[in-house]
Amino acid sequence: MAGIISYGGYIPRYRIDRKLIYKAMGWLNPATFMPGEKAVANFDEDSLSMAVEAGLDCLTGLEHSGVDGVYFATTTAPYSERLNAEVIATALDCRSDIRAADFTDTPRAGTTAIMAALDAVKAGSSNKVLVCAGDIRVGKPGSAQEETFGDGAAAFLVGEDDGIAKFIGSSSVSYDFVDHWRSKDDRFDRQWEDRFIRDVGYTSFIIESLAGLAKKFAIEPNQVAKVVYPCLYPADFPKIAKILGLGPGQIVEPLLNQVGYTGTADPLMHLVKALEETKPGDKIAVVSFGAGSDALLFEVTDKIDEIRNNRRGIGKNLAVKRELTSYEKMVSFRDILPTEKGIRGEMMAFTALSELWRSRRQILALVGSKCLACGTPQFPAQRVCVKPECGAVDRMEGYRFSDKKGRVINYTGDNLAFSPNPPAIYGTVDFEGGGRFWFDFTDVDLDKVKVDMPVEMSFRRKYVDDKFGIHGYFWKAVPVLD
Amino acid sequence: MAEGIKDKVAIIGMGCTKFGERWDAGSEDLIVEAFSEALEDAGIEKKDIQAAWYGSCFDEVNVGKSGTPLSLSLKLPFIPVTRVENFCATGSEALRGAAYAVAAGAADICLALGAEKLKDTGYGGLPDMAQAMGSKNRLTFPTITAPGAFATMATRYMNKYGLKPEELKETLAMISSKSHSNGAKNPKAHLRRAVTVEQILKAPIIAWPLGLFDCCGVSDGAAAAIVCRADMAKNFRPDPIYIKSMQIALSHGEELMYTDWDGTYVKTAVHCAARAYQEAGIKKPREEISMMEVHDCFSITELVTMEDLGISERGKAPNDVRDGFFNLDGKIPCQPDGGLKCFGHPIGASGLRMMYEMYKQLQGKAGERQLKAPKIGLTHNMGGFPAMNLISVNLIGL
Repeated sequence: MAGIISYGGYIPRYRIDRKLIYKAMGWLNPATFMPGEKAVANFDEDSLSMAVEAGLDCLTGLEHSGVDGVYFATTTAPYSERLNAEVIATALDCRSDIRAADFTDTPRAGTTAIMAALDAVKAGSSNKVLVCAGDIRVGKPGSAQEETFGDGAAAFLVGEDDGIAKFIGSSSVSYDFVDHWRSKDDRFDRQWEDRFIRDVGYTSFIIESLAGLAKKFAIEPNQVAKVVYPCLYPADFPKIAKILGLGPGQIVEPLLNQVGYTGTADPLMHLVKALEETKPGDKIAVVSFGAGSDALLFEVTDKIDEIRNNRRGIGKNLAVKRELTSYEKMVSFRDILPTEKGIRGEMMAFTALSELWRSRRQILALVGSKCLACGTPQFPAQRVCVKPECGAVDRMEGYRFSDKKGRVINYTGDNLAFSPNPPAIYGTVDFEGGGRFWFDFTDVDLDKVKVDMPVEMSFRRKYVDDKFGIHGYFWKAVPVLD
Repeated sequence: MAEGIKDKVAIIGMGCTKFGERWDAGSEDLIVEAFSEALEDAGIEKKDIQAAWYGSCFDEVNVGKSGTPLSLSLKLPFIPVTRVENFCATGSEALRGAAYAVAAGAADICLALGAEKLKDTGYGGLPDMAQAMGSKNRLTFPTITAPGAFATMATRYMNKYGLKPEELKETLAMISSKSHSNGAKNPKAHLRRAVTVEQILKAPIIAWPLGLFDCCGVSDGAAAAIVCRADMAKNFRPDPIYIKSMQIALSHGEELMYTDWDGTYVKTAVHCAARAYQEAGIKKPREEISMMEVHDCFSITELVTMEDLGISERGKAPNDVRDGFFNLDGKIPCQPDGGLKCFGHPIGASGLRMMYEMYKQLQGKAGERQLKAPKIGLTHNMGGFPAMNLISVNLIGL
């Protein structure tokens, strides 16, 4: 029976206290005040890179080569043309004989991608489809969205067998309900009046899709252990539960005041949270909102603990945070506040796309080589073995470093190099099992970096070449999370 | 090992421009300035030069590639001119090309000239490394700058030898202070101000733990050498200087990709120095070498170079620094002209600028900085980064 095999989550380390946002921009619109904090992607993250991180978490301990479909849901894809899902698939070192597709244009796209993946599995067209959702929605300074939107990602591997949650079915409603929109030239969302969105769309579509689900599968409210639906309006969120006849224990506590509303990733991140909190036999309903609503029903199996103990999901990602103490940093990371980059930031070497094609596994998936003669792992992949006593020629097999941990050999914090978040910290990493290379470090303060510090690899946006419209990705070293 | 070029080639003339932010001069001006001095020093005419080697690195953004910037600037009459580039050893490579041609008998008199107009690149510090790394490396290399790359050696050096940051920083400050005091005595140096250890320690951090005064300057300059067959050198002057050895060693990936290098020294330098000493017949460098101009792009580089060249024992260079071993009045004066610290590092010129100081010292013409009867001078260049680099070690003497 089709269902969820594994899950993964990712929340950027930076959290900003909403009071900082309000202090900076509250003068413009005093009604925007919101409590709590929200997650802010670092300057080197975007929806795609966060989706890769969630995907990596999801595939922990599983063969990446078993994946034969990669779907990416987002409303903030870095590329309008260049298949974002395939960048993710390549970064995760997936096979090439797979399906890859982007699902976009509405925050509902996350659940739609999961339904499409489940359908492909049920139809026998795919065996295991990885669905990643990531969003980095940016609100205009001074807007309510700036306070509400947070950054994050989630991923699910769906397939036929060995699931942690069986898929019972789904029910959708789809409407051209223009609550918010962004035309092809818009940087920011535009939005119609809140009362209209709340009363005509938000409350009614969620209830409508859930009612459809209940009717279709003859489920009473008390038969569902957990219900996930987005929290767009904190005052109205509990009203939906009340109308549906759901008790407080059945509602998955929203992450609005810890992470923010994360668009396509939002229902998926909350589904991960629900799976972290449930027990075998529980039924979970997950509902999205956007141009209508999707409602999906799952039943948790006894396999849940195997995955739950080996995933970072939402819980572990939520626990690790760095305070972002400056509103100006947040808006400069998103290029809303243009900053002085200097000549080192302005000058950009050309990206040879033919080179990127040849080296795609090395650059996007951090695959080096391992010498079959002496067993030495090396990055980048070499033709001639780098071990001085070996030197074997063309005796190499691929060797993936992205999932290897390492330790810091040397480091610096560089104030001369251009970094949007200076100083630029970088150094050399020796990998467990062999292999060495130098990397940028990220999500760490210089005074925390030490020789021998354990690190792991994180997929990041290395550069953006505005002139050629290229988003370049590579891996950086970050402190080991657990 | 091959027999080498010891005493087969003589330097009979050298020239060196005033180094600095030469807003008044372009590459052509610098080339003419260095060449004119060298030609006059050698007492020959332009037509006597049979082949030339021209070193430039980033300057190709200003003057273009090939040897034509040299042949056009000097109006060299249809002789072979080869442009060389090998990171920061570019100037030394120009001299090696000229010396090898003479040693091989392919030419009797050759010119080596290195010039670099860094201040037209628009950068403080060297231009962005991504441009110089190649299209593939830039996709994977960190956001590296020269001070940052060398600073990584300092963090590791502290870790290995159990030094606190303030201890290492004070030692490094003594290195820079020493060079500034030498540079103050040199009219051709860019920075001519004595700087105290205290001032150095207070300077802002460029790349932890290196501060502003741990980094060499950025300047424009050119230097030139005219070399000839050793057996004809005395026809031109009574005090020619003889090349004892010229060696280069390059990284082959081991430091960056294999895990046995600990990052507190420069592997290539050890190999290069060993070969240079062998070619020159040096057995005990700490006793036989009179003076040195090493590649002090950063104070930490100079520190570990003392160990790599076999002058100081491993981990003990800080002791020699504190003992004043490398001061102008020490046992082996290091950077008597002020070094890269005070000259800055116009890349194509630096190797030849170092050689210029050794040459003048050996001839007793170093003015206020003149050392007492030096016999053997060493120059050392390091190009690239500690983990991926090339080293040039050269010895000249009477």
